[in-house]
Amino acid sequence: MRTALAVLRKDLRLELRTFETVPAMALFAVTTFVIFHFGLGQATISGQLAAGVLTVTVLFSGMLGINRLFVTEREQGGFDAFLLAPVDRTSLLLAKAAALFTFLVVLELIAVPAFGLLLLGPSLGPALPGLAVVLLLADLGIAVIGTLVSAIAVHTRARDLIGPVIGLPLMIPALIAMARGAAAPLAAHGAASVPLKWLEVLALYDVVFALLAYAVFDFLLEE
Amino acid sequence: MAGTPAIELRGLARHFGERTALRDVSVVVPAGATLAVLGRNGAGKSTLLRILATLLRPHQGEVSVLGEPLPKRAFAVRARLGLLAHEPLLYRDLSGRENLRYHARLYRLPEERVEQVLEAVRMGGRGDDPVRLLSRGMIQRLAVCRAVLHDPEVLLLDEPRANLDPAATGLVEPLIGRESGRTRVLTSHDPQAALAEADLALGLRDGRTAWLGPAATVTLEQVRELYA
Amino acid sequence: MTLLPPTPNYGKGLRGLSLATVATLSVAFALVFFYAPLDADQGFVQKIFYLHVPLAIVALCGFILGGLFAIGHLRTGDRAWDMRSYVAIHMSLIFALGALITGSIWAKASWGHWWVWNEPTLVSFLIVFLLFATYQPLRFSIDDPERQARYASVFAIVAGAFVPLNFIAVRLAQGFVHPRVLTLGGGNLPGPMRLTFLVSLVGIALLFATLWKYELTAKSTRMQLRALRRRVLGDEAIRPLGRSAAPS
Repeated sequence: MRTALAVLRKDLRLELRTFETVPAMALFAVTTFVIFHFGLGQATISGQLAAGVLTVTVLFSGMLGINRLFVTEREQGGFDAFLLAPVDRTSLLLAKAAALFTFLVVLELIAVPAFGLLLLGPSLGPALPGLAVVLLLADLGIAVIGTLVSAIAVHTRARDLIGPVIGLPLMIPALIAMARGAAAPLAAHGAASVPLKWLEVLALYDVVFALLAYAVFDFLLEE
Repeated sequence: MAGTPAIELRGLARHFGERTALRDVSVVVPAGATLAVLGRNGAGKSTLLRILATLLRPHQGEVSVLGEPLPKRAFAVRARLGLLAHEPLLYRDLSGRENLRYHARLYRLPEERVEQVLEAVRMGGRGDDPVRLLSRGMIQRLAVCRAVLHDPEVLLLDEPRANLDPAATGLVEPLIGRESGRTRVLTSHDPQAALAEADLALGLRDGRTAWLGPAATVTLEQVRELYA
Repeated sequence: MTLLPPTPNYGKGLRGLSLATVATLSVAFALVFFYAPLDADQGFVQKIFYLHVPLAIVALCGFILGGLFAIGHLRTGDRAWDMRSYVAIHMSLIFALGALITGSIWAKASWGHWWVWNEPTLVSFLIVFLLFATYQPLRFSIDDPERQARYASVFAIVAGAFVPLNFIAVRLAQGFVHPRVLTLGGGNLPGPMRLTFLVSLVGIALLFATLWKYELTAKSTRMQLRALRRRVLGDEAIRPLGRSAAPS
């Protein structure tokens, strides 16, 4: 646990020092909203359409973060340094997933208000509680799968391509739940509560893949 | 435990796909001794070092470091091993001090230790500059700090004096040199220099042992044979 | 001198299995065309169901089997398991493609469209197919064979666990369940249809098993041949295998 915290601190410090990842993700998200505005040809959107647009945008912005997650380790010897140390190797998974989760949350803190401003028809305020729950649960799943996929991708030749190609199908159940779940809070006639079944699907997805990732991660670090 | 050799290799082999990097390598290194590993590029020197560092697992044969068999007991020896590799293993955007503090946390060491090693290599003043702004010699000094931060009993050195000017070399000697008292395995492209500071020498050629013996008895012929 | 590791003899029983497969498939063929009654609404085209559903079921089982073999590989470190996993997944991918194509034909004939989104099983299947289609590109992009095998196994396990989760999520997402016979349990089938379906299912499963064994035998033989040649002729005489997605 202490190790995971040390690695997380290091990653957050690096991000604060270089601002490599989160600003790019946020910028990408806002630009995507603009593109959607023109692509959809509508003044405002609501309900399922809005939920879908938000989901896709968060996902693709998240992909940028996922691609970068292990690159410094690979390029600057972070893997070796970590593997040499007398530490539990799964703490790397914990630390990186926590870092990715943090990046996603910060991204959403910027992207959701932007979304409310640029695209959303109904007011954002009443939608926030329901939306927040859906997004947080989904972020957990994306963080776990993203870390796993990023760790796989960083050792392949086609690094930036393999990550999304493997990650996107794996994330589909979470995305289905995220998009369907967010539709209710974003409804045109007034925010409704999120149907429980979607929260259950997200929770199940998070638990299953967190356990799986925990079980297999060690094998990705060996040489 | 006075008699236990620090490092014991018996019939070590390691492949990469169909290519054999090491084949049937055996050597015993007593505690406190220095082993020089010589050979040209691709002979298997780095592979050997990485196996001893527990970064690679052996495919055949037996490896034991400080009495612990690898890879089974790798976790038990990691805290007592240090590796000075080709790459400094430092994050370029963090300062020397931040890098070393991170490693101190990984090894559960007190922060004072970081200041201690920084002072020993005279990097205390530049410790807060991001690594990417430092010269190669300074980076190498920081890398030495990282390698000996946890005061390892066994030190694995891959070209340790690369990028160091004579003054800096003098600074790092007490930490990684013969007088440090550590068991050392070192590789170098300067056979004369390596043999001068070693007790034992192993010559590798295409992954196989070309010759093995006390460093003092290695002839010029034997060295030439490795690079032929 | 490295000893040749003992390799399992995949070829054993291959002939018997092949004969059983041919026999079962012939019987299935006969049943489909001469025994099973014509479906009231869909007519003759409905008979593609006897091909489509078994292909889908066997493909899914094959994917999960690939995941199970991968667990074996990670636990024992024995590359033979990785080979079994690779062949299972690669075979299943082909069967899955067959399932998608036959599914599409059936959709066109029954509902007039080459693809329908309101058929949750078909949609889930597409997603699973897209996921496992990345297995070979993944292997192909990792040079070190050991790492390749390990990473492929990790992927196979995660992807195998993904299959049931995916089906649950997609089924929940569909607004209504289209009334059709496409239940994986073959639930509401009348007698003669059920028999035909079961025979087809067994036939396709046997086909999978035969092809799986066949490919494993071929690969294993090739590896043994290379190892022998290397022993006799020396390392240098053997040209390295070209970049390949297959385990070496």
